[in-house]
Amino acid sequence: MELIKLDFYTQGVLSIAALIGLTSFLMLGQGRLLRLIFVFALQGLLLVLATALAGYSMENSHLYISAAITLVLKVFLIPWMLQKQVYKLNLHRDVEALKNSTAVMLGGATLVVFSYYVLHPVIQNSSVVLVNALAVGLSLVLLGMLLMISRHHAIAHVVGFMSIENGLFFAAIVSTRGMPMVVELGIAFDVLVAAILFGIFFLHISSSIDSLDVDQMNRLNEVDQ
Amino acid sequence: MIAAYLLLLMPLVGVVFFALFGHRPRIGRINIKFNAFALLMSFWLALNVHKSGTLVSEGLYFLVDSFNVYLIVLTAFVGLTTSIFSAPYMRHEQQKGRLTEKRLRLYYSMYQGFMFAMYLVLTTNNMGILWVAMEAATLATVLLVSLYRTPESIEAAWKYFILCGVGIAQAMFGTVLLYYAAMQISDAENALNWTVLIENASQLNPEIMEISFVFMLVGYGTKIGLVPLHNWLPDAHSEGPTPMSAVLSGLLLNDALYAVVRNKMIVDGTTQTNIAGYLMMGFGLLSFLVAAIFLHRQQDIKRLFSYSSVEHMGLMTFAFGMGTPFSTFAALLHMTVHSLTKSAIFVTVGHAAQIAGTQQIDKIRGLIKTQPSVGWGLLIGTLAIAGFPPFGVFTSEFLVLLATMQSYPWLTPFLLLGIGLACAGLFRNIQPMVYGKRPEGQQAVEANLWPVIIHLVLVLWLGLSIPQSLSDWFNQTTILISGSAPL
Repeated sequence: MELIKLDFYTQGVLSIAALIGLTSFLMLGQGRLLRLIFVFALQGLLLVLATALAGYSMENSHLYISAAITLVLKVFLIPWMLQKQVYKLNLHRDVEALKNSTAVMLGGATLVVFSYYVLHPVIQNSSVVLVNALAVGLSLVLLGMLLMISRHHAIAHVVGFMSIENGLFFAAIVSTRGMPMVVELGIAFDVLVAAILFGIFFLHISSSIDSLDVDQMNRLNEVDQ
Repeated sequence: MIAAYLLLLMPLVGVVFFALFGHRPRIGRINIKFNAFALLMSFWLALNVHKSGTLVSEGLYFLVDSFNVYLIVLTAFVGLTTSIFSAPYMRHEQQKGRLTEKRLRLYYSMYQGFMFAMYLVLTTNNMGILWVAMEAATLATVLLVSLYRTPESIEAAWKYFILCGVGIAQAMFGTVLLYYAAMQISDAENALNWTVLIENASQLNPEIMEISFVFMLVGYGTKIGLVPLHNWLPDAHSEGPTPMSAVLSGLLLNDALYAVVRNKMIVDGTTQTNIAGYLMMGFGLLSFLVAAIFLHRQQDIKRLFSYSSVEHMGLMTFAFGMGTPFSTFAALLHMTVHSLTKSAIFVTVGHAAQIAGTQQIDKIRGLIKTQPSVGWGLLIGTLAIAGFPPFGVFTSEFLVLLATMQSYPWLTPFLLLGIGLACAGLFRNIQPMVYGKRPEGQQAVEANLWPVIIHLVLVLWLGLSIPQSLSDWFNQTTILISGSAPL
């Protein structure tokens, strides 16, 4: 298979899929919160491009609407809210020392391979775009989880959480041209409410434990003191 | 179908209404009225389904069949009795200064928001909306878990938010795969409708459906509280206000299990094997045993009973997983009696914690002497949940055991072991709390124990004789889920 011989849409989506996967790895290796949020916004922008491209090539107007919603939510609103929190809590100079960054990166690569392996059964009856897109979507979900596991900072957790959402969205757009409109609106609403709730939580957490280091939240567990 | 629309509309009105007026002195009673209305609507809906069979709304948006209508009635009922309990409970909390007016408004508004999400989960016909509503239920309750703003409660709410959010994202991936599989056979708008999916189940791609189900089980399983994804559950239940623990345990867990069973029905139609069932049996049995062991090491009374919820949800998942008509019937019965008993227990636990001023098990003592109604309520509730005859939990657990002996006899010892462990774990903690020496100066509190009495009498009734109409209903549902009648 040669990339040049494929049609324009396929080429475009495959390139965007690759770039989106790359942004996830960038997030894993990024210790500064503001840059992490910037990379997250970049990932959102790539998502908008993919959606618009799909809408263009399938002449499907509802995809343009979801592209617009994504643009507003994931590229502007949520990164802006997170950024505001970072400044408000005076965290913009902090650099989180990344532990085991080699292991985390290797783990990330393994997760991508694993995603392809899990979705292997789909390959037999589908196009090249679909397999790659679904696999990238699933890797985004798993890499988002890895990001959450490897960090101690609540804001990094939220970025991980939202990039999981991005992965789901990408998989839905490319494999099925988006979910039905009602469902998509519902999901967008949930994401928006979740983002607002996270903002509230940052305030609560920082006022109760004086930092956003989630490792300090360890009062509730089953281990004997 | 009008009943279903009203059922959904009323809590939505409630969200706005209580957000504005939730701090007024007699607001608890208005909350009761909202929930009483919902219960009436659910009865009306049940009558309609009883008369004319499965209802599907225009445009295929809503579906009410014998399976979900029984859960709707159960949801509305527990919602009502919990609101009866919550009125004096919240007043007590406010008098002690644990809650401000703003938080009270939030509490009542989100109570209705949660009820709305639950009704939407149950009535929707669209698997995507089902997911949206399930997530909305998390969002509605997450701020209620941290209502007291203690460091513990904020930690619990954060854990609940993150774990359930990430967990349920897996279910979304499953839904995307399901949609992809369905797109091959149906038009895009209707491809996620359950009615369309179940009709064409045999034409779906079995491999994709299997992968999809794994994601669904992990995702919704997080909300059911299946081990090893259960960590949020004891925290969220123990740190939030007690009425919230009652509805989370009695309703949210059931509805998550409902979502899994709906998916299982489609996957069974596609694969024609019980692969989905085996997964559910494995997870269910593991949760059942692990939770039974963890019951022994709890120091907080609400954590104790939330582990008991994990245990019972595990048993139900196991029974639905076996998939025989007999076990499905038992699981449906167990869902009902567990909801009723567990919410009754949480009501008494809430009062017990108010009497003692703490949730620490070793500081709660002598309940029967201080306030006999609470003491006896807790004791009888625990007898019921531990599976003593003649209560309904005994009947349903016995049926699950029989079904296991029929289909997988070698698993029976594990079940017996779990039931024994759980019973011991509950009683070693409950016995001193109820009978122990009464600490000096311990005062009785204002309590409304009618919800407890009604629930426990119902559970007793279900244990002694299941009314004909209810067993017909369960029969119909069993036929719907597993394909044939149990008896």
